[in-house]
Amino acid sequence: MSKVLDDLYYSESHEWVKVLEGDTALLGISDFAQSQLGSIVFVDLPEVGAKLSLNKEFGAVESVKAASDLISPVSGTVLEINDDLIGEPELINQDPYGAWLLKVKLSDPKELDELLNKADYLKISG
Amino acid sequence: MFKYFPHTDSDIEAMKKSLNINSIDELFEDVPKGVFFSRQYQVPEMMSETEIRTYFENLAKENKELVCFAGLGTYDHYSPAVIPFLTSRQEFLTAYTPYQPEVAQGTLQYIFEFQSMIQALTGMDISNASMYDGATATAEACFMAEAITRRKKILISKTVNPYTTDVIRTYAHYKGLEIEFVPEKDGTSDWESLHELVNSDVACLVVQKPNFYGVIESFETAASIIHSAGALLIENADISTLGILKTPRDDGADIACGDCQSLGIPMAFGGPSLGYMATLKVYVRRMPGRICGLSFDVDGKRAFVLTLQAREQHIRREKANSNICSNQSLMALYVTIYLSLMGPLGLARVNELSYEGAHYLAEKLVKTGKFKLAFDKPFLKEFVLETMINVSLIQEALLKNGFLGGLPLREFGEEYENLIAFAVTEKRTKAEIDRLVKVLEGLS
Amino acid sequence: MINYYDAVIFEKSVKDRCGYSLPKDFAPKYSLETMDSQYKRETPPLLPEVSEIDVVRHFSNISQKNFGVETGFYPLGSCTMKYNPKINDEIAAMKAFNNIHPLQPASTVQGILKIHDELQKILSEISGLKEFSLNPFAGAHGELAGLMIMKKYHEDRGDFLRRKVIVPDSAHGTNPASTAVCGMDVIEIKSNAIGRVDLAALKAVLSDEIAGMMLTNPNTLGMFEKDICEISKLVHDHGGLMYYDGANLNAILGKVRPGDMGFDIMHINLHKTFSTPHGGGGPGSGPVGVSEELVHLLPNPRVKKIEDYYYVQSDAKAIGRISSHFGNFLIWLRAYCYVLTLGREQLGKVGELATLNSNYIREALKEDYMSPLTGYSMHECVFDGLVDQTTGVRTLDVAKRLLDYGMHAPTIYFPLLFHQSIMIEPTETESKQTLDKFIAIMKKIAQEAKTNPEMLKSAPHDTYVRRIDEVFAAKKMILTYADYLKYLNE
Repeated sequence: MSKVLDDLYYSESHEWVKVLEGDTALLGISDFAQSQLGSIVFVDLPEVGAKLSLNKEFGAVESVKAASDLISPVSGTVLEINDDLIGEPELINQDPYGAWLLKVKLSDPKELDELLNKADYLKISG
Repeated sequence: MFKYFPHTDSDIEAMKKSLNINSIDELFEDVPKGVFFSRQYQVPEMMSETEIRTYFENLAKENKELVCFAGLGTYDHYSPAVIPFLTSRQEFLTAYTPYQPEVAQGTLQYIFEFQSMIQALTGMDISNASMYDGATATAEACFMAEAITRRKKILISKTVNPYTTDVIRTYAHYKGLEIEFVPEKDGTSDWESLHELVNSDVACLVVQKPNFYGVIESFETAASIIHSAGALLIENADISTLGILKTPRDDGADIACGDCQSLGIPMAFGGPSLGYMATLKVYVRRMPGRICGLSFDVDGKRAFVLTLQAREQHIRREKANSNICSNQSLMALYVTIYLSLMGPLGLARVNELSYEGAHYLAEKLVKTGKFKLAFDKPFLKEFVLETMINVSLIQEALLKNGFLGGLPLREFGEEYENLIAFAVTEKRTKAEIDRLVKVLEGLS
Repeated sequence: MINYYDAVIFEKSVKDRCGYSLPKDFAPKYSLETMDSQYKRETPPLLPEVSEIDVVRHFSNISQKNFGVETGFYPLGSCTMKYNPKINDEIAAMKAFNNIHPLQPASTVQGILKIHDELQKILSEISGLKEFSLNPFAGAHGELAGLMIMKKYHEDRGDFLRRKVIVPDSAHGTNPASTAVCGMDVIEIKSNAIGRVDLAALKAVLSDEIAGMMLTNPNTLGMFEKDICEISKLVHDHGGLMYYDGANLNAILGKVRPGDMGFDIMHINLHKTFSTPHGGGGPGSGPVGVSEELVHLLPNPRVKKIEDYYYVQSDAKAIGRISSHFGNFLIWLRAYCYVLTLGREQLGKVGELATLNSNYIREALKEDYMSPLTGYSMHECVFDGLVDQTTGVRTLDVAKRLLDYGMHAPTIYFPLLFHQSIMIEPTETESKQTLDKFIAIMKKIAQEAKTNPEMLKSAPHDTYVRRIDEVFAAKKMILTYADYLKYLNE
């Protein structure tokens, strides 16, 4: 049984969103996603200042046996990247909800209403 | 009874019994009756091994082995006797892709050694486990540049081998990429026109060393212009010549690629050979083809394994960097053995002897008064001459005397009507060269 | 005696050792000293300096860490690891075939051009198509050429809307990859419950944007697509072309021809169906064949014939050049030798013997391994892991344990339709004795999974190296000897 946290939003493609103050948010991938991938060896992230579009691919996560595209659950601009993941991508496996990928400035916070809550996400991630 | 089918009648009976069938055809019940193939193929009757030998010996007689003074991408370099004995070891020859690395350490280790040697020769950071040939490797390098820069235009110098250019053109056309040419001037690329051609649509520039005419070009200016525009420099280099020539790395190349045939691989009518591709560390995840890495097993033993496979077709499918699956693995072994035997000194010597032979021949031919050097530019083992004598006459005379080459360039364009290209390798003796000169001396 | 040779060739290097023998100078006045230094490399390349005996020992020793078809049973599904005849290699070593430059005039290579023509005629007869090009270097390369032909066929007719290719979800990864490389889009359709093309799903995606469909038959589950004639008709009625992925051709040799099933274009893997050696991952050869109306599109250069004379020509109407010359000549030469050795008498038996072998295994193992499909398999059979998975033994563990028993593992985790796929292709060159041995070992492993699962999960135990740390390999990226030296100094 994979872990699902209460206070996050989830997408069908297994990304999570944690809302912070001032229309900013952290993005990451869920426990289910990391367990499906296996040991993560590389994360391909956009640069600071890059624009994210809802439902568009913004990077990839790579393990030994799979490479999975990251699909953006929101629109916005990249404020920060989690540099720790460059040298230690396996942090995502160890702590998927702590090892955030990007900090973004949301351009349309209403998009959050379209995302899944814990209960709905549990249904699709088993 | 047939030597490749071990099944005896009693074997087949027992197996049918275990499946509860009376005829093997029952296993094909899903084949629609209308298309079931019920006759024999209309192909030749089977031949015994002795008949096979006679048949091919006769076919062989219809080919003529010639003393080779031709190049244009395929060279008659010395092939050490040791190599076929090692490449025909069944463990190398009859294995497949190392998907179970525990029983494929032989294959994986030579791939690692091959990658290391290509890296050493090109000066780049990493090499893949090989591509099909130099031309397709160059086409794939262009795709790699497209993926990295997200731009759709490819610049190619007119001094690149036309066969290579044709392959790039085909690949680019179907993928939807545009091609534009950098003109040639006096046997080298016209870098002055490069300024006008370069813009923010350009993904890469493809150059060749030595170029199609055998001339050695400098790429400093080109690299600078290309990089300022945010595009990549792709250098197709004859890997054997990198034993002494400046490396693609030092030329400023982002991707080095080309054919390895000049590393002692038999000419064999063009195949099999293999292509190589090497690049900078920052681009490793965009590189097509298999890559082997070093690691350790659970007991701490050093071991080799295919890595970064998440980029490849069997995982990424339509998002893969390429569709390549099998490469030319055994030929990579061939080249690894060649380079192990040659070492840095042997490879330098191959180039030295080729250089000497080529310059000796060039001077002697020019001295006959019937030829002149088409381009007053530095060359290594290949050069182009301009002639007043009818090119067909030259071809005929050379062929009659058992020589191949110089090759006429007129098939590549009317402007080449009077040009012929010669290549000389370390295999060509003084006697052969003198004899060739004598044949041409007698023509008018 | 297990050989623990463990050295990389660079580690055998000693300065001033040499393994080469080259002639003396005869024209020293033209020495390389006369070349301007701006063109020269600054330092010599890092290559080993070893003697000939070092090289021979090195590669002989590392070869023994490899498992080949001639070591033992190699039932790698979808790869057709049949026996590689030595007479083929003998012919391919003849000087008159090796010592030939690709640009020799046609009059001096009539033998080779004749072989080209004779072989492509034989492949055409076997496939039920009109003509083949032998230029593609591998199956994936042949696929690419085939898709280019498909695309150009439509473009030449002025139809630029057809940019989509239908591919079943059971397809090999090269199918969608080749489609993408050719600048077209993939439409994936789901297989039905019995592992075949779902006709309803197919009908739902057919339109005038479809360039064609790519299919393997039998498919990657080893099942024959019995609706193939209807599938072909549906695609043709909508203006699309049918492409046959020849990877599984071995199953149907002698029984049915792709052309007769409605396919317009196909590729063949000579290193699978036609016995040329796999070489550790190539060189292979992937000839592409077409029906009559597509012949003019075959890649350049082409071999043509006037009366008894063969010559080389490039056509402007073709898709273009996908190789510098005629592909891997010494490989298709071997294939030609193979078809002459089998002849019409034996070629037709390949499919039935390969299929008999595979079904024999399927029947014997169905109690221990999950068989989600019913009906006969063709030349390969697919299981979805162990029947009894209570101890957590996965397909990977079964595969690794097989290595301890001196057999190569089948293909695992493909096709993607099943999560614990084991794809077994014995080929027709294996005897009943070998199959019985394999069956006994697989049954034993199924037992071990119940009684000693930990041993399987840590297998293999008796190979030169055991399970390798792939995460380390991907993270550290030690891809050359130079990288390794840096790593040691860390």
